[in-house]
Amino acid sequence: MSQTTITHRPSEEILVLRPSRGWSALNLIDLWRYRELIYFLIWRDVKVRYKQTALGASWAIIQPFVTMVVFTILFGNLAKMPSDGIPYPLFSYTGLLPWGLFTKALSDAGRSMITNRSMITKVYFPRLAIPIASVLSGLVDFALAFVVLIGMILFYNNNPNLEYQVVLTPAILTLPLFLLLALITSLGVGLWLSALNVQYRDINYIIPFLTQFWLFITPIAYPASMIPEKWQLLYALNPMAGVVEGFRWALLGVDTAPGPMIAVSASIAVTLMISGLYYFRRMERTFADEI
Amino acid sequence: MMPDLAIRVENLSKQYKIGVSQERYRTLRETLGERVSAPIRRFSPANRLSAANGAASNRIWALRGITFDVRKGQVLGVIGRNGAGKSTLLKILSRVTDPTEGYAEIHGRVGSLLEVGTGFHPELTGRENILLNGAILGMKRIEIERKFDEIVAFSEVEQFIDTPVKRYSSGMYLRLAFAVAAHLEPEILVVDEVLAVGDAEFQRKCLGKMSDVAQEGRTVLFVSHNMSAILRLTEETIVLDKGQLVMRAPTGAAVDHYLSSGYAQTGERIWTADEIPPEAVPFRPMSLRVLIASRRVVDMVRSTEPVTVEIEYSLSAPVSGLRVGVYLLTTRGEQVFTSFDTDDAELYERFTTRPAGHYISRFTLPSDFLNEGRYVIGVNASTFRVKRYFIDEQALIFTVDPAGAPGMQWQEPRIGVMRPRLEWQIEAL
Repeated sequence: MSQTTITHRPSEEILVLRPSRGWSALNLIDLWRYRELIYFLIWRDVKVRYKQTALGASWAIIQPFVTMVVFTILFGNLAKMPSDGIPYPLFSYTGLLPWGLFTKALSDAGRSMITNRSMITKVYFPRLAIPIASVLSGLVDFALAFVVLIGMILFYNNNPNLEYQVVLTPAILTLPLFLLLALITSLGVGLWLSALNVQYRDINYIIPFLTQFWLFITPIAYPASMIPEKWQLLYALNPMAGVVEGFRWALLGVDTAPGPMIAVSASIAVTLMISGLYYFRRMERTFADEI
Repeated sequence: MMPDLAIRVENLSKQYKIGVSQERYRTLRETLGERVSAPIRRFSPANRLSAANGAASNRIWALRGITFDVRKGQVLGVIGRNGAGKSTLLKILSRVTDPTEGYAEIHGRVGSLLEVGTGFHPELTGRENILLNGAILGMKRIEIERKFDEIVAFSEVEQFIDTPVKRYSSGMYLRLAFAVAAHLEPEILVVDEVLAVGDAEFQRKCLGKMSDVAQEGRTVLFVSHNMSAILRLTEETIVLDKGQLVMRAPTGAAVDHYLSSGYAQTGERIWTADEIPPEAVPFRPMSLRVLIASRRVVDMVRSTEPVTVEIEYSLSAPVSGLRVGVYLLTTRGEQVFTSFDTDDAELYERFTTRPAGHYISRFTLPSDFLNEGRYVIGVNASTFRVKRYFIDEQALIFTVDPAGAPGMQWQEPRIGVMRPRLEWQIEAL
């Protein structure tokens, strides 16, 4: 948007609109002023998402749950994929939770600028509000699916036929951090895709392909421990690898903390998000003209 | 700087790319291709020159060097034909898009209404859309909640407030959308052609609300094609043409200049070959025009001036008993009249058989004939009880502006399609 200078005077603020060139400041203050809009956009996304569907919000649970069942049959039972000693359904479902948040962000945030085109060409607000709201609205689905995970943990712990017990460790306190990491990654990728999509509609075709490809390089159906030791850090360049491993560590009490892997993933995620923010801001001023 | 300045616009310009990038979206391949070929092309001076020329012709200036200012509390009108740059100006001032050159300075909180119902979601209820739309327009949540009842009352859709707006009629939808917008309370309000929608009743209500806003001492920048709204709401008006500011004057003078100089959009319909059905032969319609006395083709005419309508056509073979004529309707669908070029007995006799050739049939509506509003001209070419060669029931739409018509001292819409200047006499007995 315009490079704007807002000067506070006792009685009024002066807004200067002039051509902006090059990289612009993030102007997060302006974004903060519009926090209620972000809230309303999230609220709209959530309200509308399952309107006129027979199963409503249960889709938020059905999607990861059915995927988990399919994975369990295919990879767990048929392919006998190792799962770090965790029952395969629990293993894959824990991975599918942040994965669902990420893929939803990828496709929704990636398309968000296009779906909100009419707003962008008609009214001013910090454009960042759109991809941010669309990433955050995934949290609602995440929360619903998370309830099922709690149920699964209870089920496994109360089943006398199973030797396996989920032991809650203090590591669970780090869960919000991994959730934050998942959000940062989602926002980073979402910002890049949404800004690129305004100019290049190729992104619409890239998104499904990207999601599929990304699934293969993320330890959801298989454990990261399958990756040879020397490739581990390279593997962690995919920030979702750190996120998924972190989730398992925090929730399922796997005994080794995936420390170095998470450090690599986190730095990549933060880099993605910050570069995404700046790229988005740079492209933003032409959005209304190009979209 | 004047202390009571609300908006200052200095040498503001906006350039748009047209052609390739507007017709379709760029694809990655194109950009990558350009990146690769650009360094190669750069070596050849001849190529560089042609590339520069190509780039220049792909760009148009939607606004060029606009300078003006608006005092606090002033209501300024902006008029100009389509493409004159009105909307671009408003988009820049409402921060939707950046200027290419120059700058603008805005003193105070701006609210812009480039459209009503921005961000309305069809699946959400009226209530939910009020909250959402309010937030999009920059209202605080508390502010929306405080005004909620007022908004609902203004929209007159109380009964359906919890119904998804996709079930609303278009009138209800517009009323609700306008109601939210009308309760925006910025210090500076920027309004585009939002009043051009909806039925007459709705427009009247919007206009009323707008004049309330204007009287509250807020600064308003008001774009409209509706000259009577401009005359009613603004004291001063700027006229834009081809991206440039051509006039700033008291509204009466500006509107007069605009209407009489033919800045209004071309009122011409040209039929291309593929629009004409094969059974029209030998009749070939070419164009239909609305002209004012100066022979300028316009789409907006004044009620107080005569208007000429011309139909140009050719005949590839002689046709006997041909009559070429028009229907006039209001945009609400009321029939005004039907008239043919051979209605007159003498002309009817003279053109029993019309030889092949190129023709214009024209008539002139007298001054003080049509009331304010939008009218549709339909075209019919037929031989009575033999054959209808061609019909286009909505060939052209034009607008009649009532400025200067009888009764304009009362700010009320006049019912009826005619606005005659009758010779009233008042006799004291």
